[in-house]
Amino acid sequence: MIEKALKGSSVYWGWVIFLLCIIGAGFIAYLYQLKVGLGITGMSRDISWGVYIAQFTYFVGVAAGAVMLVIPKYLHHYTKYAKVVVFGEFIAIAAVIMCLLFIVVDIGQPMRMMNVVLHPTPHSMLFYDMIVLNGYLLINIICGYNTLLADKKGLPCPRWVKPVIYLSIPWAISIHTVTAFLYAGLPGRHFWLTAIMAPRFLASAFAAGPSLLVMLLLFLRKVTKFDAGEDALQNVARTICYAMIVNFFFMGMEFFTAFYSNIPGHKATLEYLFWGIGEYGNLVPFMRACIVIGLAGIFILLVPPIRRNPLWLAIGCACVFLATWIDKGVGLVIGGFVPNPLEVITEYHPTFPEITIATAIWAVGGLILTILYKVAVSVREEEQRI
Amino acid sequence: MSMDRRKFLKVAGLSTLVGLGSSGAFELLKPGRVDAEMEHGHHHGEHHEKAEETGPKTRLAMLIDIKALTREKAEKIVHTCHHLHNVPNWGDPKNEIKWIWEDEFEHAFPDSYNEYDEILEHSPFLLMCNHCDEPPCARVCPVEATFRRPDGIVAQDYHRCIGCRFCMAACPYGSRSFNWLDPRVMLKKEMAKGRKLNKRFPTRMRGVVEKCNFCVERLAEGKKPGCVEACPDVMHFGNLADENSNVRKILRERVSLRRKLELGTKPSVFYLI
Ligand code: SF4
Ligand code: SF4
Repeated sequence: MIEKALKGSSVYWGWVIFLLCIIGAGFIAYLYQLKVGLGITGMSRDISWGVYIAQFTYFVGVAAGAVMLVIPKYLHHYTKYAKVVVFGEFIAIAAVIMCLLFIVVDIGQPMRMMNVVLHPTPHSMLFYDMIVLNGYLLINIICGYNTLLADKKGLPCPRWVKPVIYLSIPWAISIHTVTAFLYAGLPGRHFWLTAIMAPRFLASAFAAGPSLLVMLLLFLRKVTKFDAGEDALQNVARTICYAMIVNFFFMGMEFFTAFYSNIPGHKATLEYLFWGIGEYGNLVPFMRACIVIGLAGIFILLVPPIRRNPLWLAIGCACVFLATWIDKGVGLVIGGFVPNPLEVITEYHPTFPEITIATAIWAVGGLILTILYKVAVSVREEEQRI
Repeated sequence: MSMDRRKFLKVAGLSTLVGLGSSGAFELLKPGRVDAEMEHGHHHGEHHEKAEETGPKTRLAMLIDIKALTREKAEKIVHTCHHLHNVPNWGDPKNEIKWIWEDEFEHAFPDSYNEYDEILEHSPFLLMCNHCDEPPCARVCPVEATFRRPDGIVAQDYHRCIGCRFCMAACPYGSRSFNWLDPRVMLKKEMAKGRKLNKRFPTRMRGVVEKCNFCVERLAEGKKPGCVEACPDVMHFGNLADENSNVRKILRERVSLRRKLELGTKPSVFYLI
């Protein structure tokens, strides 16, 4: 099947080469980081996780989002998703690989990575995260590959794959729950120490992953002969809209608890993120934009006549994707470190090499997705011809 | 008091620990002793249970006398510690490594800050790892590179640490530092300007986390922690688990504070006020 990725137009190859260039630049920046140390990033003693871990957290959500197609298709036999489920699974594969790469570039001694396996530590949430992420990758490779292969041959999916598909449902929930537990179990980080962290992670995941999917499917409809079907797209869009509403509702609950209780520690990070504290406020424009863009996305996807217009649908999904990215990929991780445990504020400014490395990992994700989608679309196009 | 043979052996074995029966003098573990104790505890679940029944025999603790602490003394203590442990001085807060440092009450006790207490407000404070009895840093570490020893010291294994910095996010006291850049490079620069390296303590590599270790390397040689030696009137070190130890005696007489007790970490560093 993979040979299908080797036949493509010049635009396709141009895009692949473009991604490879970014990856190359990131690789060079990474070699520099390996040589000099993580000091080349903007991270510091106070902000000890930055862009890398923030992107990691966001893409775990994107990966988990695929389950929003698997559930209707396999638990409710919603056949309109039959053709698109595999595209969700492929997003999951690309996203999980990105997550793993973000972890690798973030750790100070990557050569010792295997210590996590050699010294399994069940009281560390990172240990479970390693298991669930790698497991999820494997599950999606199995499901994605087999469903596509079966489609190609025009046969039903092999029977042994079914249980794996069912397993992928709780597993998707688990990856984001465990990722939330990385944060929600730390004493003394008020912003993260909230029981609603995992539910909020899931809500934003179910908005972020599918919104990327809808954008990609709209794109495919435009440039290839593969059409996901209007009903499928509209339904995914509804799911996104509800998930995003729940996400914002949860966010509002965080505000209520912090500000009505009036406990300084609980308010501090929210104040920093949305209003700034004193002279410090470099995330304020981002967070405010997140609210505005997110609400715009909800509005577009909520009103049927607007949603049915493909251009607006794409814009609405882009809004949701962007808003969830700012919320999780910028505010959540960095915000948790401000103020620090001594209630001192340090701000974070990512550096050029750091952003280059992070962009390169985005490009790796893009490349994997491009190749997988190319294969999937070729198979679907053949089907439609028959 | 009756005691079965097994318990007796254990108490006898542990009586070489800090402060026991001696008036503030230190009789410490011989090198390898703690490890042997630990091994023992691991292999014999029964032994472990018994230990819980009778309570821990050793829990090392530090008392910092804020009334006796001056800025000069604080500086001396910090300098001694950082010299003994080859902590580089990066000179900027971004890459900075610190094991013990001077700070204000407001930062040391952000939740208990009392703007009407002008004495505390203007006193210097020394901040360091609290060697928590229930250390969140050790709980989150995915490779057990940081762990609580049976004597209460929260130790750090620089050769196992993968540098994920999960422990830094978990420590509610900001006690941990990460080697963002190669510390040896900075040490070399400082040595060119006259800094002396302590050959008895290893330098670290970049990409690992470090923090105060209660001078475990000195304890193994029967010495007191460096800060205690530098200012014995300010720093008091001993066994909290022993009712008759020097630290327990002081704690009976003085008012003390511990940082962020509400988090359940059970710090072993006390501030005498
Ligand atoms: S003070 Fe921080 S680093 Fe030290 S034991 Fe407690 S949690 Fe761990
Ligand atoms: S940085 Fe090192 S000590 Fe800290 S949690 Fe990670 S592996 Fe453990």
